Order: sequence, then structure tokens, then C-alpha cells
Amino acid sequence: MNVAIFILFALLCLGGALNLLLQRHPINSALSLIVVMSSLSVLYLLLGAEFLALAQIIVYSGAIMVLFVFVIMLLNAGEEERTHGSRAAYFAGIPGVLALFAVLAGTFVTLRLSFGGTRLGAFLVTTGDLSRVLFRNLLLPFEVTSVLILVAILGAVVLARKEH
Amino acid sequence: MNEPMTPSMIAFSPALRILPEILMTLTGVLVMLVEAVLKPRTSRKPLGIVAILGTLAAIAASVYQLFLPAGTAFFGTVQSDAFSVFFHLVIGCIVLVTLLISLDYFEGHTSFVGEYYALILFGATGMMLMTCSVELLMVFISLEISSISTYILAGYRKRSATSPEASIKYFLLGSFATAFFLYGIALCFGATGSTNLYEIAKGVADGASPLLLTVAFGMMLIGLGFKVSLAPFHVWTPDVYEGAPAPVVGLMSTAPKAAAFAVLLRIAYGAFGTAIHIWMPLVWIMAVLSMTIGNLGALTQRNVKRMLAYSSIAHAGYLLVAFTALAPMGIAAASFYTAAYAAMNVGAFGIISYLSGYNEARTSLSDFAGIARRHPVAAAAFAVFLISLIGIPFTAGFFGKFYVFTAAINSGNAWLAVLGLLNSGVAAFYYLRLLAQMYMVPVEPPREADTAHARPAFILAMAILVLAVFALGIFPGRILDLARAGAATFSGPANAASQTVPVALLRR
Amino acid sequence: MTVPIVWYLVLSAALFSIGVCGFLIKRNIITIFMSIELMLNAVNLAFVTFANHWHQVSGQIFVFFVMVVAAAEAAVGLAIIISLFRSRNTLNVDQIDLMKL
Repeated sequence: MNVAIFILFALLCLGGALNLLLQRHPINSALSLIVVMSSLSVLYLLLGAEFLALAQIIVYSGAIMVLFVFVIMLLNAGEEERTHGSRAAYFAGIPGVLALFAVLAGTFVTLRLSFGGTRLGAFLVTTGDLSRVLFRNLLLPFEVTSVLILVAILGAVVLARKEH
Repeated sequence: MNEPMTPSMIAFSPALRILPEILMTLTGVLVMLVEAVLKPRTSRKPLGIVAILGTLAAIAASVYQLFLPAGTAFFGTVQSDAFSVFFHLVIGCIVLVTLLISLDYFEGHTSFVGEYYALILFGATGMMLMTCSVELLMVFISLEISSISTYILAGYRKRSATSPEASIKYFLLGSFATAFFLYGIALCFGATGSTNLYEIAKGVADGASPLLLTVAFGMMLIGLGFKVSLAPFHVWTPDVYEGAPAPVVGLMSTAPKAAAFAVLLRIAYGAFGTAIHIWMPLVWIMAVLSMTIGNLGALTQRNVKRMLAYSSIAHAGYLLVAFTALAPMGIAAASFYTAAYAAMNVGAFGIISYLSGYNEARTSLSDFAGIARRHPVAAAAFAVFLISLIGIPFTAGFFGKFYVFTAAINSGNAWLAVLGLLNSGVAAFYYLRLLAQMYMVPVEPPREADTAHARPAFILAMAILVLAVFALGIFPGRILDLARAGAATFSGPANAASQTVPVALLRR
Repeated sequence: MTVPIVWYLVLSAALFSIGVCGFLIKRNIITIFMSIELMLNAVNLAFVTFANHWHQVSGQIFVFFVMVVAAAEAAVGLAIIISLFRSRNTLNVDQIDLMKL
């Protein structure tokens, strides 16, 4: 059962990611990214991260991607053109990406025995567990995030507002 | 406080460990609040002065931290010690000088001057936090604060065509780099089960999978390499430095880099200290590539800002040479180099901001012809910074290079030092070409836009930097002692707790 | 029946590589930015997987913070894109080349 769910949603993930790559229109890419994010949230559930699974849908698919779609609509972005620059990126980039994947996947596969396996319920983090660590041990990073958000607000105001 | 309190330790609030950051944040908030009540179209200079006072307070608070026993606070997320104080002082001074340079720079050109000061203060908060975090989560959040504020600052000349372009290039490549850095952290967590640098060090020493650790360090190095513009991850540097406003370039080519190098030092010597063989070859290759690509690239540039961008890549390479040296020496050399490089580079970009004006129409090599006649004082200051960048004795650059290369030779990396010296020779050529252009080329008829006159704040900033360049070049001792005390905190948390060196150093 | 942890990790490596690939070959700035978001999601999957492997909550907390940062980055990044679009009227990276690389 676990394996079946994993395979189904992993394939959805990969399909969505590849579709993001292949689509020419940014809206299609954005929608495929939402597919990736939503299927990832199911995988989070399988790994026992129930709070993150919901946050993934609410924050990522709900807020961030809606912002993306909104900007695409606002700027009325059309299909991307194939230009000279992309040819160079194909020749130089694709081998690099393949090498990166080979290194990462090779490392993981080499160490597969030390990782073992997991199934639903093997490790379950409740929201309570999460908040105990978040609001105690990691309180300072949590507070510092407010500075980050302040910077983001300032940036949005400075960049998007017209000079008067 | 989670560590056991020993009787000798006086009880104090953990907030003192992040006092400079708290002061910076509060000043930033204050600037934002006052900005809201100021009338539009009035001078924003009072805000700049508030920001400067806040920065001075933060610098004083950093010095005060030297008197605290080194240790961690907030459940082991931050650690204040001589090392963090050293980098706090470097960053604080860079921010102070940048604020002085910018005090008149943006007046009348943009309606977001108040936001500019707030962004610099918040960015500085992030950079300072980076240098005292010993928890990778904390490093990540503060790295993002520092990066996001610099992305915005790079695009501050909104009416120019190049500034938004610089901003988007910096943003895209910076976020790309962050993703690599994060993947490195994830792998590190996967190998050791923790994101705390001391726990990671324990895991590394106890034989966590070397393969996974190597890939983890490689990914983190890629991420930080982008941020400090090390070859081969330097492609964004010339474009961003050319497009961003010159005072901002002075800031972003030094302060975030100092913070990122501090993080790299903490990760390399602190967390991966028992696995030097893992990262030494990677660092070696990147040092050679950065020095060579930076200097060769600078040779071909006709635009002074682009030339200095390539030179900053080369300087990041020299700094990385120090990483190949053994622990206390290498850390001290790298720290000292950061300070020396900051003084001369902020100065060089400050002079460019003055000579080429707000619109930066005059940044090509030929525009600097005969500058010595028209602006003798500015040209003299520029000459000091360039001579220091070459590394001529009695300037900061000389001792920076001297310590780095001696550290490398003493640790058996003579070849790297030889390569570095060869590179310095190549570098001398393009700096001297600019100097010759300024001093030797006959004066052209004065142009109509040459009415720029320096403001007191700008003159003060340049005076501070020229003095710093000479002070570091003639009396490097005290700064080096502080850098050494910082390096000594890496011998282990136990040793760091009983630290008295820097206090003696101040009372000397 | 258990799922080998390495499957999750290889999936995360694949998503990350696809993200890098998208960053390199896509020509629309917004799509390039989405590729970065894909890379961050791949990192999140790795964190959650390792948190499961080590039975450590801190790995999941990291994901929580990555989400916050991603939201802040999205706000700033899209604002930069809008300001760029106002001055250039294009979203194609090859036309944003006033300065040569």
C-alpha cells in the first residue's frame, strides 16, 4: 500500500516537473508546479509530517503559486520564444545537470543500505511536537524571521511602487 | 541559556549575545517609523544620521561583547566570541562608511531614501547574525535577510536601464545559489542528524559517511561560492557590479562577502575541522580558478566598475588561499584579509560614486583620463586604494597578502602561494593602467558635468578609509591580534569558554 | 511493506536536477523563478526524508522556515520582475542584456 502510494505520487511529481520544463507558456508551467507541490504534500504525509503536508498546500500551492499566477496574468506573459541563448545553455547545461544528478543519486544509492526503509506511522510528528521545538529551541530563528519579512515588505514597496 | 552555569560565570541575559543585532534592528524600525511621519520631498538626512548613530551603537556593543566570556545563547543557536566580534566590527565599519557615502548620494534622485537606510540596517543585521550563528538554520535565515536586502539595494536606481537588470540577475543567481546551499545543509543533516555546527563536528569526527559529507560540503561550497563570487560561480559579478549604484556595490562587494566567509570558516574549520582532506582539494581548485579568471578577466575590461568586479573575484581567490592553511593561522590570515579588502574596496567604489556621478555615465577607463588634474584629492585617495589593491608595502593590501601567502607556505602549500604571487603580478598591470590613465594622460578640456563637489560626510568617509588602509598597512598588529584571538576560539567550545585573550588585548 | 528511504532521496535529487535544468534552459524570467521554487521543494523533500530517517523534528522545522523564506523571496522577486517589466517591456532573459555577461 505504502509503495503503491509512493510510486503513484512520485510519478505525478516527476511528470509535473518535466511538464514545467517542456511547456512553453508560463501559466502551464505554473499549473504543473502546483501538481508537483500537491503530490509532494502526500509524500510528506507518508513520511509522517502532517503539519508540513497541510502547510505545503496552504502556503506553497495556495499562496506562493497564486502570487505567481497573478503576476503572469498582470504582465500578460506570452509563450516564450526560442532564442540564441537557449542553444548554448542546452549544450553546456544538460551535461552539467546530468553530472549533478549522477553525483547525488549515485551517493544515495551507494548508501541505500544504511538508510533502510520507512512506512506510514514509523515516525509521526504532531503539531505539538513541532511547536515545542519551534517555540523553545528555535525561538531565535523564528523571531529573526520577522526581520526577513520586514525586509521583504520594504522591498516590495520600493520596487513595485512608482516614483513620484 | 542551556549551558551549565559555572560559578565563575556572571549571570547575564542571553540577549547580550545578540546586542549589536538588536540595536541594528531597532534602529531600522526607528528609521521606518520616522520616515512615515516626515513630509514627502523633504531631506531624509536626519534618517541617515539616525542610522549612523545606530551603527555606532552596534559597533560599541560588539566591542562590549569582547568582555563577555565566549559562549552560546538561545539554545545553542548563536555564539558570541572574539571571532564573531571581529567580523561584527568589520561589517559595522563597512556599513558606517557606506551610510556616510550615501548620505548625499540619493538625495533628490529617489523618493525611497528612508527605505534605503532601513534596508541597509536590516541587511547588516542579517550579516552580523551570520557571523555569530552556530546553527545552520540561523545561518540560512540570516543569509536570506542579507541577500534579499542586497537584491533590492542593487536595483535602487530604478530610472536607469541597467539597475533593474542588475537586480534581477543578482536575485535569480542568488536564489539559485541559496537552493544549492540548502541542499548541502540537507545532506549534512542527513549525514549527521543535526544542523548544529558542534553536533555536526561530533558526527564528522565519529565517522559519518565521508561520501555524503563530501557531497554536502561541495553543495554548501557552491552556494557560498556564488555569494562571494568565487570562480566558476562568478558569472553574475561583473553585470551586477556594473548595474548597481556604486555605494551599494561598495557595500555588497565587502560586507555580505565578509559574512559569507565567516560562515565558510565556521563550517570548514568548525564543523568539518576533523575532515580537512574532504574539502581541501575543492578549496584549492576554487582558489586557483578565482585568482586566474578574476585577474585575466580584469585585464580585458574597459569599464572601471567591471574591472573592479573581476578584481574582487581575484581577491576572493586570494582569501580562499588562506583556507588551505592550518587552522589558527589560516583563520587569522583570512579574517585579516577580509578587513584589509573591505577598507580598500569600499574606498574604491566610494571614489567611483563621486567621480562618475549618480547616473554613472562616466565609468569607462578613458573617462578617468586626467582625473588627477581635475580632482586631485579624489584621485590621490583613489590611488591609495588602488595601490593597496595591488599589495604594495605600507598599505593594508600588502599585509593581507603577506599573511595569506605565509600561512599557505607554512602549511606546505608553497605552489599555491607561487600561483598567487604570479597572479598579483598580472593584477598590478591593470591597476597601474588605471593609475597611469589618471595621472599620465594629458588633461582633456573640462566637461560641463564636472561640477561635482564633495560633501563633508563623503570626505569623512574617505578619510576614515584612507586612514584604515594605512593603519592596517603600518600597524597591523592589533587587528591581527584580534583576528588571532578569533581564530583561537575554534580550538573547541571548551577552550572558547575560558577565553581571556581579547580582554588583555584591549587593555594593552 | 516499507518504502526504501533511498527512493525518496533519489526523487528529491531528480526534482532538484530538473529544477537546475529549468533554470538553465528556460527563457522566461517567471519560469526561471519557478524552477528555483522547484529546487527548494526538492530540498524540502530531502529534509523531511532525513527527518524521518533520524527521527529528528528539527529537519521538519527547517522545511517550515524554507517555506517562509520562499514566500518572502517570491514577494521580492516578483516585485523586481514587475519593476524590470516596466522599464523593458519584456520577460525574455536574452533581451535583458544591456550589459554583456
